[in-house]
Formats: sequence, structure tokens, C-alpha cells
Amino acid sequence: MILEMKNIQKSFGGVRVLRDISVCVDQGEVVSIIGPSGSGKSTLLRCATFLETVDSGEIRYEGEPAVTTDEYGNAHYAAPDALRALKRYYGLVFQQFNLFPHYTVLKNVTDAPLTVQKRDKAEVHGTAMELLRKMGLEDKASSYPYQLSGGQQQRVAIARALAMRPEILFFDEPTSALDPELTGEVLKVIKQLAVEKMTMVIVTHEMPFARAVSDRVVFMDGGVIVEQGDPEAVFGAPQQARTKQFLQTYQR
Amino acid sequence: MTFSTMLSTMAAGMLRTCGIFFLTLLGSLPLGMVVCLLRKSKHALVRTIVKIYISIMRGTPLMLQLLVWYFGPYYLFRLPIGGWRFPAIIFGFVVNYAAYFAEIYRSGIDSMPVGQYEAAEVLGYTKGRTFFRIILPQVVKRILPAVTNEVITLVKDTSLAFTLAYSEVFSLAKQISASQTSFVPFVIAGVFYYIANYAVAFAMERIEKALNYYR
Repeated sequence: MILEMKNIQKSFGGVRVLRDISVCVDQGEVVSIIGPSGSGKSTLLRCATFLETVDSGEIRYEGEPAVTTDEYGNAHYAAPDALRALKRYYGLVFQQFNLFPHYTVLKNVTDAPLTVQKRDKAEVHGTAMELLRKMGLEDKASSYPYQLSGGQQQRVAIARALAMRPEILFFDEPTSALDPELTGEVLKVIKQLAVEKMTMVIVTHEMPFARAVSDRVVFMDGGVIVEQGDPEAVFGAPQQARTKQFLQTYQR
Repeated sequence: MTFSTMLSTMAAGMLRTCGIFFLTLLGSLPLGMVVCLLRKSKHALVRTIVKIYISIMRGTPLMLQLLVWYFGPYYLFRLPIGGWRFPAIIFGFVVNYAAYFAEIYRSGIDSMPVGQYEAAEVLGYTKGRTFFRIILPQVVKRILPAVTNEVITLVKDTSLAFTLAYSEVFSLAKQISASQTSFVPFVIAGVFYYIANYAVAFAMERIEKALNYYR
């Protein structure tokens, strides 16, 4: 079990965004999280990556506790150093890419492995070029982010996350900021990663993609998991009325 | 007095003006960053103290501040006046300009998109590394035009050292003009300030261009 999230509760100013959510992700599993805006999908990812703190619940990576909850229901985070060490298990790809604009594509990919993980320069450089090749961007290594299209920037962001050798990769609506004609190239590389058995959790609005790529689909609404299971089951024969209603809005 | 004697007499003043200028930048550019970070401290007391400091520095004339730094020790503690004319001038300029630079830095830091911090955090950068590797280089680029403005103002503000009878170029111009009943020293001073600022603008434009390799 790479990621375990148990009984996660999160409120923003009295509004309960996550109500007792539990999600586990196994090695090699691809999980898509779908649901309407404001259903808590992105918040769940942000809690998993410690960009938001949970109010209560448990989070473990590879069994190592990041957050535990006492008998009074209050969350306790691991010490800052322990928490930073847990970051080696995961990577996150943002909706807005968030590349570092003052670094070249190559430096965007190599900087964290070099300065944070203190890995060998030649090895990191080789890994980075290999990843850029995989993303179809080897000729862009010395470009700056502003010189790239949105789709290219997002692929650099994926390479940057993969260069850290995460056990699990989170995607927070990776194609939502892209023009429709650019989403395909990003979805293609994610599909390729799925074929290679990369463990991934993908928050997305691309239903055909989620159906094709996932081992499991989680439908969230109102801060709870309404339904989850095999993509064919969830998309083909949803059990809950809310799921049916939501999926119908995507039928055309 | 011939033109060339005037010019050579004033050249010493120009050097002193340059001295104030460079020492002020040397002190206030880094001090401004310290002030800025304290201004953003999580301790409310520190923030309040720094806010009051900035407010006084910006809210009162620099000329008045210079007088306070120079004569204050005498009026407050009856210390003998003198001996610290130049240090008082530099101190006055540095703490004044640091306040302005601090606010410029703050505006630059606050304008950074939160996504830059989040990307760095997820990649495991420490707070210090995030600041020095990711945030600060981008802030420098963003605040350059505002800094240029401030530096140009500083060139002209050096003339306020006149208040403490320090013989920089403006004081000398006034002295020579009075003793020689001539307008020429003012013209020389004016040309000097203009050329100095032209050089500042030129240098800053070069730096801006050099940072244009990314957007």
C-alpha cells in the first residue's frame, strides 16, 4: 500500500469540504477522481501532498505515518523533517504547471534532484534527458518555459515530478488549463505512464480518458465518495443516482 | 576664479557625493531585505515595530532625519557634537533608503504567484532554498524598475547632506556661487547630477535587458 488516507476531515471556515474520506492506493494502481467542481477532489490531493493540513484523519506513505489522529479527533502531523522526508514518495503535477520561469527546461527538471536529493550530477542529467526524450521534448532542454506551449510546459512539469523518482504521482486537473487541441499530448504521456505501471492518482474532468486509463474510478460529490470501482462499472452502470446524473452532463 | 578652478574645486565634492551614493546603496539594499523579512515576520510585535519604523522613515523629511542623527546625541545625552558628521549622514541615508527598499522588496515578494511556493514545497525545497533559488531571482526582475526610480532619487537626495554642512557637490556649488557671485557652479552641479543619473538609468537598463532571458 503506497498511500493510505483514512477518515480525512477538512473544513474551510466552517464549510466541510472533506467529510470522512478514506482512499488507499496500491503499487501500480491508476486511480481517477472525478466529480463536480467544489466536490473536494483537489482539496483531497492537496491534503495528500501536505499543501493543506487536514483537521482529522490519517495519512501514511508506505506505512510511514504523516498524520495521525488522537482520541479527541485532532490531527497530529509528523515533525517537519519527517514530513519533508515523506515527500520523496510522491510528486504532484499542477493544473497551472508552476514551472520555474527563470530556469531552463533542463534545470527545471534537474534542480530539485540535485539540490534537494543531492544526487550525482551526471546521473541526474542523464535521467532528465531520458525523461525529456520520453515527453518528446529533448530538443527543448535549453528553452525557457515561456517559449513553450501549455501542453509542452505540462509535459516538462511531469518530467520534473518524475525526476524525483516518486512512488506515486498525483495530477491535479492536468489538462484543465490547456486549449482542447493540447490536452491530447498530455493525456498521451499519462497513458504511457499507466502502461509502465506508474502509480497515479488523477483528478480530471476528461471522462473518456479516466475510463480508458484507470484501474479504479472514484466519484466524489459534496466532500464524500459517492461511488467507486472499476471504470467500466462506474461509467457503464453507475449504481448511485448522483453518479448517473453527473455522468449524464458529460454525455453528448 | 576661472571655470577650470571651479571645476577642479567641485570635483572633490563630486567624489564625496559619489561616496554618499555608493555607501548608501551598499548599506540600504541588503538592510532593506532584512527590514522586508522582519516586516513579514510571524511575530506581531516585530511586524508592528518594523511598520512604525518604515512609517516614520517615509513620513518625515530625510533632511530632518539627518539633523536628528547628527544633533540628537547632543540634545538627548549631551554628547559633544562633531566627529560623526559623515557617519551620521551615511547612517541617516541608509536607514531611510532601507525603509523604501523594504517596501519595494515586499511588493515584489507579495506579487509572486503562490504556485511557485507550492511547486517548490512539493519538490522538497526547504523554506530558505525556496526563497533564494526560486523566489528571490524572480523578485529581482520584477522590482527592478521600482529600484531604478529609487536609485535615481538617491542621486539627487545626496544633496541633502548640505544640511549638515558636508562639502559634497551641492554644498560646494552654493559656496562658490556665493563667494564668486557666479551662476556657473550651479550649472556644473546640475550637469553632474544629470550625467550621474544618465549613467544610473543606462546601467539599470542593461541589467533589465540582461534579465530579459525569461518571462
